[in-house]
Amino acid sequence: MASIEAFKLEVRSWIEEVLPADLRVGNRKDLPKESLGNWIQALAKRGWITPDWPTEYGGGGLDRKHTAALRAEIKAVRAPTVSSFGTSMLGPTLLEFGTEEQKLEFLPPISRHEVKWCQGYSEPGAGSDLASLQTRAVLEGDEYVINGQKIWTTGADKADWIFCLVRTDPKASKHDGISFILFPMHQPGVEVSPLKLIDGSADFSQVFFDGARAKAKDVIGPVNGGWTVAKRLLQHERSTDGGSEGGLSGAQKETLVDIVKREVGLQDGMLADPAIRQRLAAQELEAKALSLTMRRAGEEARAGQTARDIGSLGKYRWANMIKSEQDIAMTALGTQGLGWDGPGFEDTQLERTRAWLTTRADSIWGGTNEVQLNVIAKRVLKIPE
Amino acid sequence: MGLILSEDQLILRDMAKSFCDEKSPVERMRTLRDTRDAVGFSRELWKEMGELGWIGILFPEAVGGAEMGYGELGVVLAECGRVLAPEPFISTVLLGGNAVLLGGSEPLRKDLLPGVCSGDRILALAFQERGRFAPYAVETAATRDGSGYRIRGEKQFVLDGHVADQIVTVARTAGSAGDRDGLTLFVIDADAPGVSALRTEMVDGRNAARITFDNAVVDAARVLGEVDGGADILDPVFDRATIGLCSEMLGSFEEAFERTLEYLKTREQFGVKIGTFQGLRHRAAQMFGELEFARSVVYDAQSSIDDGREDVAECASGAKARCSDVANLIGGEAVQMHGGIGMTDEEEIGLFFKRLKAAEFTLGDAIYHRNRYASLRGY
Repeated sequence: MASIEAFKLEVRSWIEEVLPADLRVGNRKDLPKESLGNWIQALAKRGWITPDWPTEYGGGGLDRKHTAALRAEIKAVRAPTVSSFGTSMLGPTLLEFGTEEQKLEFLPPISRHEVKWCQGYSEPGAGSDLASLQTRAVLEGDEYVINGQKIWTTGADKADWIFCLVRTDPKASKHDGISFILFPMHQPGVEVSPLKLIDGSADFSQVFFDGARAKAKDVIGPVNGGWTVAKRLLQHERSTDGGSEGGLSGAQKETLVDIVKREVGLQDGMLADPAIRQRLAAQELEAKALSLTMRRAGEEARAGQTARDIGSLGKYRWANMIKSEQDIAMTALGTQGLGWDGPGFEDTQLERTRAWLTTRADSIWGGTNEVQLNVIAKRVLKIPE
Repeated sequence: MGLILSEDQLILRDMAKSFCDEKSPVERMRTLRDTRDAVGFSRELWKEMGELGWIGILFPEAVGGAEMGYGELGVVLAECGRVLAPEPFISTVLLGGNAVLLGGSEPLRKDLLPGVCSGDRILALAFQERGRFAPYAVETAATRDGSGYRIRGEKQFVLDGHVADQIVTVARTAGSAGDRDGLTLFVIDADAPGVSALRTEMVDGRNAARITFDNAVVDAARVLGEVDGGADILDPVFDRATIGLCSEMLGSFEEAFERTLEYLKTREQFGVKIGTFQGLRHRAAQMFGELEFARSVVYDAQSSIDDGREDVAECASGAKARCSDVANLIGGEAVQMHGGIGMTDEEEIGLFFKRLKAAEFTLGDAIYHRNRYASLRGY
């Protein structure tokens, strides 16, 4: 393998050759389709959509250092990155649990960004308590017949295939009767019904299975042993979340201070509205205190001091902080923050409205605010119930 | 220091805790208040703290100090805050002492600071002229007279001003009230002609005084910093004192919260512990969160000084803005959750409530400090 420095030079000249200028704006939703398609093809040709996968499965065969160097170079020129359920979650899981046959069948299309996957995990009755899922799969010959329902399935309406948790042994204890199975979405017996949310998005769907069919050979890992596979995949999901920087929309991300300064205006160097000035200062100080508190918890843990469990506190304060950031931006924008669509509003204003709505979920998912306070009272403060 | 206490600081904390528990339970502060003690704190205990090296933590070894930092001082102040000890750290060390340390000539430092470190000398800083904290709203005038100055004016809320040996006084030598320029700091002997002190009884039982300067004469050699440039000393003194005050408040938060938590776990109504009610559980969780956030910003503010960082002013205002709000929350909730008993003078939780309110207003409340933070951030 080439030395890191030589490799970086190679990547740089390759980027100059294949990356159109109109793509050097970061990850945006409104990128020109043709340019984006060409860029994805160029990446795929070298296996660089999944640079650290082995070449026999369509990857780039790069080690960790070369992978990191490649990603840094792509990031440096603000080229769009390509990631999907296939590349970040299913792929790594298949590499670990799949048979040789399964890897050769499913990985190369993912590495070429040709097949879109979705994740069939949550059900109406199985949210935080995922292992209580009820979707049934019954073996008939060399196929499973699947009945049940999934919810909060991201991208189900556009997906070609689903990786899905199903109950293959209803008599076993709840963690032991689950299998991890792959099957196509485009078939009779699969019906997708997008869920429109308050922010107008419909990225999540409900998926109904009424006699859907999966090949028995497409179970990943042991039959009834899917819980282990499922948990491993969730770890990949979390590491992806942790590594992402967020802010997919809006290439030039304005800070809250920028917005408030512009909308409210300065008089003698001070925000013209003293009440909004107070809120903005409080907001900045809250964000800083949150990050200091998380850092302090890390230092306490490393020093072996008796660290209090502040996970719930962090989630609770983070959710409130994110929501109030949007509230202040909306307050600064006034009725220009109420636009829903179309002319009369700048894109950044419309994005702000939607972001304000989207972030209402932050105090709901991953344990509601109320659940977090319950947890603090019980587990941290040890107040008897 | 970082965001956690070092091994040495943990040892110091344990020492300070057992010292305070043994020699200064909250009951001592109550007795000083109820007997209207002429000094208002214990000179003997203060000298013991001097012998332990706590008063001199910040000061150079050359004047009898330990040359340590705000991390160490903060540990001691927090323990004092836990037992509401009224000893004069704020007046003598954080305000007066810091003014001499940062602005004093070599002879002035050598003259004044050894006595400070040993606990023999009490200092005060006279700056405030109206109820709301406004550091440059100074009308007290200093006019040139021969080799010195004549001071005319009145100061209020001068902490420990009735027993101070020297009063560091902020007076105007140019400009008008509100101007940052034109302030000058003078070290004035409390027994100088033309200086009179009226002790004012405060809600928290601590000591403060109104000081009147009626043509008091002070020598030009007793100026701290530059004439007309006193704000350059005053600003960092206030930042450091504010951070120290927040360290003390942190200790009071901890104690008031722990006592309230204990009460929730023991008090019974309707046949159950009141801590089983979700309304109270959630509010206790909120208090815990505020306490932990306050701790983070106070430790960070202490390190901003000790590490020589450039954001001391932002940290000071950020810490005091939060601690002032937390004082309201924890103080208020502590009384509320104690119910009727919390309203009685006999129950000590009310003493914490009152001290926290006084600390909230000392050196600027949350509104003042958020405004200042906004100014420092350019909006």
